[in-house]
Amino acid sequence: MKPKWQRKRDRLVVLFLLGGLLFNYPILALFDREGMVVGIPILYLFLFCSWLFVIALVAWIVER
Amino acid sequence: MASWVIVLASILYAAVLFAVAYVGDRWAGTRRRLTNNPTVYALSLAVYCTAWTFYGSVGRAAVTGVGFLPIYLGPTLTAVLWLFVLRKMIRISKVNRITSIADFIGSRYGKHGGLSGLVTIIAVVGIIPYLALQLKAITTSFSVLGGASEATAELSFFPDTALLLALLMSAFIILFGTRHLDATEHDAGLVLSIAFESIIKLVAFMAVGLFVTYGLYGGFGDLFAQATAVSQLRPLFTLNEAGSPGDWVWLTLLSMLAIMFLPRQFQMAVLENVDERHLLKASWLFPLYLLLINIFVLPIALAGNMLLPNADADFFVLTLPLSAGQGGVALLAYVGGLSAATGMLIVSTFALSTMVSNDLVVPLLLRWPALRLNQRTDLTGVLLVVRRLSILVILLLAYGYFHVAGGSPLVSIGLISFAAVAQFAPAILGGIYWKQGNLFGAMTGLIVGFLFWFYTLPLPSLVDLGGLPASFVSDGPFGLGWLRPYALFGVTDLTPLTHSLMWSLLLNAGCYVIGSLLTEQTILEHTQATRFVDVFERSEEIDRLQMWGSTISFGTLRTLVVRFLGERRTRDFLHSWPVDWHDEQALNQPAAPELVNQVEKMLAGAVGAASAHVIIASVTEPTLTFSEVMNMLDETSQVLRYSRELERQSQELESKTVALHEANERLKELDKMKSEFVSHVTHELRTPLTSIRAFSEILLDNPSLGWEQRSQFLTIIMGESQRLTRLINNVLDLSKIESGNADWLLSDVDMGEVVRESVAAVGQLFRERAIQPELMLPSAVPIVRADRDRLVQVMLNLLSNAIKFSNPTAGRVWVCLDVVDNRVQVSVRDNGEGLHQDDMEAVFDRFRQVRRKHDGNPTGTGLGLPISRHIVEHFGGRLWAESEPGHGATFCFTLPLPLGETVYG
Repeated sequence: MKPKWQRKRDRLVVLFLLGGLLFNYPILALFDREGMVVGIPILYLFLFCSWLFVIALVAWIVER
Repeated sequence: MASWVIVLASILYAAVLFAVAYVGDRWAGTRRRLTNNPTVYALSLAVYCTAWTFYGSVGRAAVTGVGFLPIYLGPTLTAVLWLFVLRKMIRISKVNRITSIADFIGSRYGKHGGLSGLVTIIAVVGIIPYLALQLKAITTSFSVLGGASEATAELSFFPDTALLLALLMSAFIILFGTRHLDATEHDAGLVLSIAFESIIKLVAFMAVGLFVTYGLYGGFGDLFAQATAVSQLRPLFTLNEAGSPGDWVWLTLLSMLAIMFLPRQFQMAVLENVDERHLLKASWLFPLYLLLINIFVLPIALAGNMLLPNADADFFVLTLPLSAGQGGVALLAYVGGLSAATGMLIVSTFALSTMVSNDLVVPLLLRWPALRLNQRTDLTGVLLVVRRLSILVILLLAYGYFHVAGGSPLVSIGLISFAAVAQFAPAILGGIYWKQGNLFGAMTGLIVGFLFWFYTLPLPSLVDLGGLPASFVSDGPFGLGWLRPYALFGVTDLTPLTHSLMWSLLLNAGCYVIGSLLTEQTILEHTQATRFVDVFERSEEIDRLQMWGSTISFGTLRTLVVRFLGERRTRDFLHSWPVDWHDEQALNQPAAPELVNQVEKMLAGAVGAASAHVIIASVTEPTLTFSEVMNMLDETSQVLRYSRELERQSQELESKTVALHEANERLKELDKMKSEFVSHVTHELRTPLTSIRAFSEILLDNPSLGWEQRSQFLTIIMGESQRLTRLINNVLDLSKIESGNADWLLSDVDMGEVVRESVAAVGQLFRERAIQPELMLPSAVPIVRADRDRLVQVMLNLLSNAIKFSNPTAGRVWVCLDVVDNRVQVSVRDNGEGLHQDDMEAVFDRFRQVRRKHDGNPTGTGLGLPISRHIVEHFGGRLWAESEPGHGATFCFTLPLPLGETVYG
């Protein structure tokens, strides 16, 4: 297996674990509070931002 | 809104859909093949978003807040790993000509018809309610938009929308999905229309979202601010209503599995994939699609709760624009919902119908002796009819279910289906990564998982429909409390979904693993397991395993193929084989085993692996015994291991060869230097020897020589002898130092003292030349750790050189001691002719005497400087020359001071 491919695979596995962490308890509970940031509920903002973050990283890893 | 507008819009939409599919099909064979495109591939995967997403997400968000999100976060996580897991499934399916998920599982576990039949049954039982859900969504949206009150409109609307829709969908799938008999061929029209529908539903949903957020409110900030003012809505901003952490995790896990194993996802992602490289883009574009379609879910749900507190939250997408008088937006939303529902209906039905016909009906028909199917010359017509009938039957079943159980809420049905297909996970994931997984394990795992799923999820929901007494859920069957379907074996406090998933998946996986470990694989299972697990490494090699004997003739084989593939395709396929298909005699020859293998694969594409295996087995028989196959597999794997080992060794050897080669070069060079050195030394020895001999001869031959001359000659002889001795000493010294055998006596050396002592030692030479050495020594003199005598040797060498080469008439010599950057530096400068640029390094070569004394005679041994350099370098210092021709030369050396000490003695 080519090293480049292997590196890609390792990065994606790590990202998978990171995503699993971000989208789940207990990290999720940290943002489980009332209140707004820039007019958007905190939990809602966190979920969508981390979601976009994971997608962007996937794109960055696979398209390089 | 008037019904005819809605009907017209629906018809127009259907017409466009048919047109897109038609165009896709027409272009399928050309270079403009639209489906060979990663974006289309990613969009076609968005068939994941059904009417349940389109309408149901808002409904769920209105009650649970962010509780709808795990269903979309899970697929995002799975997509991160698509490049490996999905790619492997795609490759396996291509190599083995897999036609459906049931075929995939059956094929992996020894092409077992029973297993793929079981998978088909689970899929059908699990998915039919989900299909019905789509019909319900469309019917309800139709009546909501039409203005009928929901409660009455659902079933009384005439003509029966759901039935019409089911029939229309059947027509579409039959037209564009069953054009090829070979189920492995890509259905370009179908894929393109699904991608098109994905765009429509995204645009429609975003349009409604934008309208609600920016049309009804002043943007996100305004909407959220108003919502926080309503006390009932505030819990929706946190995890309060989103269920327990356990529910959240299980829901994420469930959707992670569903995105891989839902038959429609398997169909689009695996079977309709035309190029594995499309996965790259799809693995981020598809999650991005999910993100986009979910951005406005919560805003719409909140707006609906505020503006229409009494309406059904499932249809806020329609009712919000309607109540605001925006019929156009509402109609667009309706079309979006229609596209979401039809996309799901089309692909799911298509995938299920392939399973039902290939893995359930055809195998049964083939085994039914009364039908005498084996004797028909052309079965292609029968196969097509079976597939088309399956499509119709599945959609009619969905319609029937919708009629019977149309009342259940949207979301719960979808999740029940997810849980059903999640049962495939152990068999598939184990099947592609774990070779020991076998038929017994897969079979028991699936049966147990399915039964537990059925008992804990769909069965209790029959209570709501009146099929079972309420006590079944509350007290358990026959009053047995530990059998309560929502609290099995006394496990309470879980939501029904989590409870069901936990039992069914854990027991399923457990049975799979334990069953596989307890029983043996058959020969076919073993080959198939290797073929699946090692698909990237060994599929070709396994293809060469000849499973079949040659008990069938070319002619019979041809007849067999014609029966299942039809005359035209048979010709295309078989006639590349080097046999004269018109020669009677040639046709009577036994067919080559490779061809029989290929035929089996070809048939697998049409009727599924299990049936193809049965068909071939009925006309010929396997040649290999279990032990033979095991041996071959082991042999090949051993050969493979050996060849890998060999490759590794040859690489090692190569690098060693390079190293050896370099070492050899170095040795050669050293050898050359050695012989040069020897010739130099002998040459240098010869000069003084010659002169000693010459003068001795003169003295011997001329006894009459005067005292004065005699003493002059004897002085020369003595001088030359001394030079000889010095030379030999130097050579011995140098070789000792170079070979590392020199003795070094380390002590703390005061450099100032060394300099002064050396200058004093050559005082006689200074006086002879009338030179007054000029010393520049700092008052505090640093101490270094070195061999004192050796340093004196270096100093003496440099000083005697300086004296020798200083200006013959007005010679001057400077000696300077400095401390520079933790190093002590000694420089000895003369005012002679200096060194040429090229000679700065050459003076340190052995026997290189670049400087001549003013009388032109070489002096010294030519070894002093090389020895000095060795000594200085031994103590970690450096020795070099600096000069400008005509202005004298400076020889400098440095020695490191002991670490952390800048001690001045």
